[in-house]
Amino acid sequence: MAQLAINIGNLSLRNPVMTASGTFGYGLEFTDFIDLNRLGAYIVKGTTLLPRQGNDYPRMAETASGMLNCVGLQNKGVDYFCKEIYPQLKDFKSHAIVNVSGSTPEDYAECAARVAELEKIPAIELNISCPNVHDGGMAFGVSCAGAASVVKAVRAAYPKTLIVKLSPNVTDISEIARAVEAEGADSVSLINTLMGMSVDIERRKSNLSIGTGGLSGPCVKPIALRMVHQVAKAVKIPVIGLGGIMNAEDAIEFIMCGATAIQVGTANFIDPAVTMKIIDGMNDWCDQHGVKNIYEIIGVI
Amino acid sequence: MKKYVKKLCVKNVEFLREDYILLRLSDPHDTLPEMLPGQFVQIAVEGSPATFLRRPISINFVDKEKNEFDLLIHAVGDGTRALTRLQEGNTLSCIYPLGNGFRIPPIDEGKKKFLLVGGGVGTAPMLLYGQCLKAAGHEPTFLLGGRSRRDILELERFENIGRTFVTTEDAGMGEKGFVTHHSIWQTETFDSVATCGPKPMMMAVGRMARARQTECFVSLENLMACGVGACLCCVEKTVKGNVCVCTEGPVFNINDLTWE
Ligand SMILES: Cc1cc2nc3c(=O)[nH]c(=O)nc-3n(C[C@H](O)[C@H](O)[C@H](O)COP(=O)(O)OP(=O)(O)OC[C@H]3O[C@@H](n4cnc5c(N)ncnc54)[C@H](O)[C@@H]3O)c2cc1C
Ligand SMILES: Cc1cc2nc3c(=O)[nH]c(=O)nc-3n(C[C@H](O)[C@H](O)[C@H](O)COP(=O)(O)O)c2cc1C
Ligand code: FES
Repeated sequence: MAQLAINIGNLSLRNPVMTASGTFGYGLEFTDFIDLNRLGAYIVKGTTLLPRQGNDYPRMAETASGMLNCVGLQNKGVDYFCKEIYPQLKDFKSHAIVNVSGSTPEDYAECAARVAELEKIPAIELNISCPNVHDGGMAFGVSCAGAASVVKAVRAAYPKTLIVKLSPNVTDISEIARAVEAEGADSVSLINTLMGMSVDIERRKSNLSIGTGGLSGPCVKPIALRMVHQVAKAVKIPVIGLGGIMNAEDAIEFIMCGATAIQVGTANFIDPAVTMKIIDGMNDWCDQHGVKNIYEIIGVI
Repeated sequence: MKKYVKKLCVKNVEFLREDYILLRLSDPHDTLPEMLPGQFVQIAVEGSPATFLRRPISINFVDKEKNEFDLLIHAVGDGTRALTRLQEGNTLSCIYPLGNGFRIPPIDEGKKKFLLVGGGVGTAPMLLYGQCLKAAGHEPTFLLGGRSRRDILELERFENIGRTFVTTEDAGMGEKGFVTHHSIWQTETFDSVATCGPKPMMMAVGRMARARQTECFVSLENLMACGVGACLCCVEKTVKGNVCVCTEGPVFNINDLTWE
């Protein structure tokens, strides 16, 4: 048994495997398939101050080795989360982390402040990288000034572990990472989805209701690895890597590129029990390769 | 209802037409869970590089004694075509049973007459629905529609369960026209109507039912990614806002949809 426990800021995780926001519901959708208690952490769906209906159907298009989505942050708002969902999550042993989104720095901060009151939620992940909403979302995540403004507002309102999720839809992601680190982020996670398109040539229309969507799945992994590598070299705070992880070997690639922890997203759709296999597989890999502690291989490249 | 992700065993692949198969599956190790009519299976397709996501397929027929169930699959693209290449003895990863399913009223509320209307591969869930209604003591009647005789599949199995009527657009079998043109709408009344098939057909059936003040349930086939309520890709607009077809459906009361 290798030592897989890691720390993100003040947060200790039993292992580096988390689930990615928007691909794992509230976690409860998966309890028939896996033991939530075994996860390092699970990040629940994007939450905003007020309820949102999201974008129109169709919201999904399959691509070679991946998919595009334009869900657009459909959620019932932070108060619904606090009242209805939190009580169902608070007794699981692994950490639930809330993915927080908004339209202005103020409502990001307000939403974060509400989540801060929940005793058993030790961290939030700030989504400044959603490509599927017009206001806020990625608009903040693609400039240093925008990213810094949101992180600054939230940092003032949120005392616990603050993870900031970065957009790959930028020229230099390490610049953005440094900007959010400077404003007091405890960790960065990357990548969110890559903006893309898919066309129905018979109807001569996009397959997605808003024209574009965010690409995820194995097809984005090489880009995600490169960005994690770049960012890990640019900042001192721990990096959480994701994008196309389907198995333990993929996860270890991210760790070697500098990720302290990883998230599993789209793979949950293909195999709802994949996270358990990744935890076991990472442990086996470490044992087979004489790695006693996962920290031995973080950022070896 | 508890959901399972399991490797099921292919017992039989029967071609009903060059592009339609009846796929018989069994769990070699466990008793199959209870499956409601209208519920579906998310199948992981192997041998099709273009198929990344699972494919949702309705449960067509259940044989509890043999611990087997059937799926009726129309090969329309790479994923479903790969499924037609399956052979007896292959295994198939399935997440099931998913979705809400059609309602079967308790018989002590009274024996009821149901009209189950299917078009194309939309007839698939109607067979199991009829099977379950009959087992519960109700009276299912089937109305199946197609362009021609070759579109009417599994006819004998429907006839074994209840009275079965057919419409074809070319008059090759049953009455000529669409399902909504069939004379049964004029000659009989039903307590409940259910339908699955192309959306224009379901909308037309919904209008017929509404004109007769009969409740009407439809089974939707929205595109899905996860099938378990996690991704929010499969939503349909309803009077309650956008809801997931994979968890709150696929069966909806037509009055809850915002179609008209
Ligand atoms: C709840 C549910 C139950 C279903 N039950 C059955 C069933 O019992 N038998 C059966 O054969 N099929 C059923 N379907 C439809 C089936 O899932 C699709 O035909 C299949 O996913 C197509 O995959 P493919 O790779 O073969 O085609 P693709 O290459 O993905 O698509 C081929 C063509 O079909 C269209 N298409 C794909 N999926 C759908 C869809 N869901 N609705 C409308 N158009 C679509 C595509 O736009 C494309 O034009 C069901 C779908 C749902 C959501
Ligand atoms: C259907 C879907 C919904 C998503 N919703 C969110 C979201 O609400 N917030 C967020 O930060 N990321 C969201 N994402 C992005 C994922 O969390 C993840 O960053 C991305 O999918 C890349 O990882 P993957 O390739 O492992 O899926 C979503 C992704 C998908 C596929
Ligand atoms: S298909 Fe994912 S929520 Fe319905």
